[in-house]
Amino acid sequence: MTKKLSMQQIILTLQQYWSAQGCMLMQAYDTEKGAGTMSPYTFLRAIGPEPWNAAYVEPSRRPADGRYAENPNRLYQHHQFQVVMKPSPENIQDLYLNSLKELGIDPLEHDIRFVEDNWENPSMGCAGVGWEVWLDGMEVSQFTYFQIVGGLEVDPVTSEITYGLERLASYIQDVDSVFDLEWGDGVLYGDIFREPEIEHSTYGFETSNQKMLMQMFDDYEGEAKKQIANGLVHPAYDYILKCSHTFNLLDARGAVSVTERAGYLSRIRRMAHSVARAFVAKRKEFGFPLIKDEKKRQALLKDGEDKK
Amino acid sequence: MAHTFLLEIGLEEMPAHVVTPSIKQLVQKTRKYLKEQRISFDDITPFSTPRRLAIQISGLADKQPDIDKEVKGPAKKIALDKDGNWSKAAQGFTRGQGVTVDDITFKELKGTDYVYVEKHIAGQSVETVLAGLKDVVTGMTFPTMMKWGSYHFEYIRPIKWLVALLDDKVIPFQILDIKTDRQTRGHRFLGKTIVLKNATDYEDALTKQFVVADAKKRKSEIKTQIEQIASDNNWVIKLNPDLLEEVTNLVEWPTAFTGSFDEKYLTIPDEVLITSMRDHQRFFYVLDQDGKLLPHFVSVRNGNADHIQNVVAGNERVLAARLSDAMFFYQEDQKLTIDDYVEKLKSVSFHDKISTMYEKMQRVAVIAANLGQKLGLTDAQIKDVVRAAHIYKFDLVTGMVGEFAELQGVMGEKYALLNGENPVVAQAIREHYMPISADGDLPESTVGAVLAIADKLDSILTFFAAGMIPSGSNDPYALRRQATGIVRIVRTNKWHLDQEMVDAAIDAETSANVAPDLDQKAQVKAVGGFLKDRIKVTLLGEKVKHDVVDAVIGGPNTDLLDNFTIAQVLSDHQNDDDFKGTIEALTRVLRIAQKADKSKVTAVDTSLFDNDSEPKLKAAVDNVAQQASELDIPAYYNVLAALKPVINDYFDATMVMAKDEKVKNNRLSQLSQLSDLILRMGDLNQLIVK
Repeated sequence: MTKKLSMQQIILTLQQYWSAQGCMLMQAYDTEKGAGTMSPYTFLRAIGPEPWNAAYVEPSRRPADGRYAENPNRLYQHHQFQVVMKPSPENIQDLYLNSLKELGIDPLEHDIRFVEDNWENPSMGCAGVGWEVWLDGMEVSQFTYFQIVGGLEVDPVTSEITYGLERLASYIQDVDSVFDLEWGDGVLYGDIFREPEIEHSTYGFETSNQKMLMQMFDDYEGEAKKQIANGLVHPAYDYILKCSHTFNLLDARGAVSVTERAGYLSRIRRMAHSVARAFVAKRKEFGFPLIKDEKKRQALLKDGEDKK
Repeated sequence: MAHTFLLEIGLEEMPAHVVTPSIKQLVQKTRKYLKEQRISFDDITPFSTPRRLAIQISGLADKQPDIDKEVKGPAKKIALDKDGNWSKAAQGFTRGQGVTVDDITFKELKGTDYVYVEKHIAGQSVETVLAGLKDVVTGMTFPTMMKWGSYHFEYIRPIKWLVALLDDKVIPFQILDIKTDRQTRGHRFLGKTIVLKNATDYEDALTKQFVVADAKKRKSEIKTQIEQIASDNNWVIKLNPDLLEEVTNLVEWPTAFTGSFDEKYLTIPDEVLITSMRDHQRFFYVLDQDGKLLPHFVSVRNGNADHIQNVVAGNERVLAARLSDAMFFYQEDQKLTIDDYVEKLKSVSFHDKISTMYEKMQRVAVIAANLGQKLGLTDAQIKDVVRAAHIYKFDLVTGMVGEFAELQGVMGEKYALLNGENPVVAQAIREHYMPISADGDLPESTVGAVLAIADKLDSILTFFAAGMIPSGSNDPYALRRQATGIVRIVRTNKWHLDQEMVDAAIDAETSANVAPDLDQKAQVKAVGGFLKDRIKVTLLGEKVKHDVVDAVIGGPNTDLLDNFTIAQVLSDHQNDDDFKGTIEALTRVLRIAQKADKSKVTAVDTSLFDNDSEPKLKAAVDNVAQQASELDIPAYYNVLAALKPVINDYFDATMVMAKDEKVKNNRLSQLSQLSDLILRMGDLNQLIVK
């Protein structure tokens, strides 16, 4: 390793690199979520015929993974750098490997492997095929070709690359605890995130108001369904994300029995399926504006009436 | 001239477990195709790495052999019109065959004259035949298939390049946008793209580009390197064949290296260390000459030895993080007692339609005690199995099993010992999961075996009672595997387990007030059938004849062990000289007894006898009935077989379906009694006797 990049330099480097590959730099989506995949910039945009290339940092909240800042690698909230390209480029693996070179990771000086890992998110009705990328034995990225999103078969296929920023940075900076990472300008990760980690862990495991959360889940679900019926895809999707996060909070609290768990997940899945269908219909109403090939666009607008 | 052909499919990294079956499939499908195409060749050499499937076909002929073939056309009377000219039918036929009417001859077939022509089919060139391999490539099947880009075609992973080279010529075909060429790619990082002059250059050319294309050579190279490391360090390294195979299919250019971890982690149980190394990181673990685990590991890099210190350091870090987690769990877990964990199981669901895990353990304790008594366990063993049953799932709520799910049972044993449980109890906790696969190891201890049966039986009974019965390929709770486990354990231990015992165990649950709120009794028969079905699969797998298996499974005997013994005895006697006569006599009884109206079957009244054969048969049947419970199955068969002359005499002298209703019923009652005795050897009607 020649240079030790700070967290923010890593983010800047990846943004620079992927924007040069034609990705739009989106911003983190402002609703709580468990993974970058759940951002509308991935979940919704992976559905339907329109092309889409985007990259963004996504803070990802997983209440059950909180460890009161006591575990060197487990966090209530970690950061993912998400790259989605649709249709998946022919050279996507090479593009990814070049991004590692940009970060100072020369494949000839390391052992980089693509190890099978088929990804599934049943609660969002998603499945994909791909790999974990191992850097000297450490999983630093997830690489997925989406096959099904929101219960719909994708066409064309979106490739998704998710860098685990804390892990990657720990490797690059050679530190054993994420709290010792340099975020930037001498400020440590722990200086910024130790307190929220402890507080969110305490909240998630000890003090959250279960009754209120259960009520909120029901209310959010009701609102999501209503807005899907109104054809308001994005407001509906926000409420689905809120449902998902609320469920995660309940789950972390141990408030959800095994029976109820399956019930909650299938409620989220049903909403994810209907919002996915609604999104495609809506994009079609808008005339699939991201398709620049006019002939193809017209053909897609004409056909498919019978497909769903 | 003999030709060599090279086909290479270049792919993004395939899953390691897919590589070997896929190359076998490619060879097999190619062989079949070439045979169908009638083109001769000497051999097919396979090559496979994570990024390529390739075959080299040697000794290929120039072309298919020509064929001269006689083709039958219309009947003569249709081929010629009334003036003797060729009809349209005849002209059409010859045109279709690529010949002319001048080539027609007539031949007689079953009294009618038909048109025949001799047709010469020129063999196709090897180039044409090989171009057809496109369908072989696209026709491959894989356990998971995927789409990519804008294509609808599905394959194991995206296809990146295709090489199809006949000697020095490219055989053109195209899959999606990829055209066959003579370019192959070397190692992803060390190598470069190269142009192959000739199909025979393949292996050597790739070696220069840091790819050992021959999987066998790659595997043996890895083996040699690891053995060298072991001997240099005076270590013992067990080359687990599955891991070696996986590692072989994760790398194209293997370089083995060693790493270490802090000695303090050696206080963690070996199983945890080995799982972390082998299953999570694909490392080989290292022992000293006395078989003690050492704080080192061996792994294999996909690359050369340059900068290997980075690779070592990185892998050591990853392992250290895992072991530090494991150490934390190991220490934390010991802060609670087994009772604390058992208490937690009161809020862990076994299945939400059935009960909690805690309640399951309560039931299993009753079943195990009940079965244990009948299976002849000592008082001490029964005490141990009951204790084990009351706690055996406790490790599910420990931190270690939460993190390393594959260590369930293993950690149970460790923690039980640390908590002062006796070794028999601890071992049973580990063994109750066994067998883990259809042909996995069975529990070694008696107590473990009884606990394993009780646990599995409870799962099957309660799932059936809750309406979750496996059907077709739908068996989400792997109940078939559990049933196979029960069948294998009773067979190995020579234990008798029948439906009566299952009934009794359920009754015991009820009296102990631990029965689930489900009707298990109503499912006993179905569960019996489910278990017998596993016996059937086992016997057929052991090549026992179908008719014997059908006879055994079709019989009313619910004792699992007896079913195996009966199959053995029937198979043993199948070639006896008098087997046919014996079975015919016995099945004649079965058939006629079926005519009996069960409600009218009574004790046999000797005053209704009217010939000598009747008392003789009665005496013989009574004799069999008396001995039935004492005899083992081989002896019981002999006793039944000895009835043959008595039965035959009886039928010669006696008209069973007599006009007098009383006499008829008396005779049918006699035969029913005998029939019940015979059925204990299975439904002999199913046997095919020649």
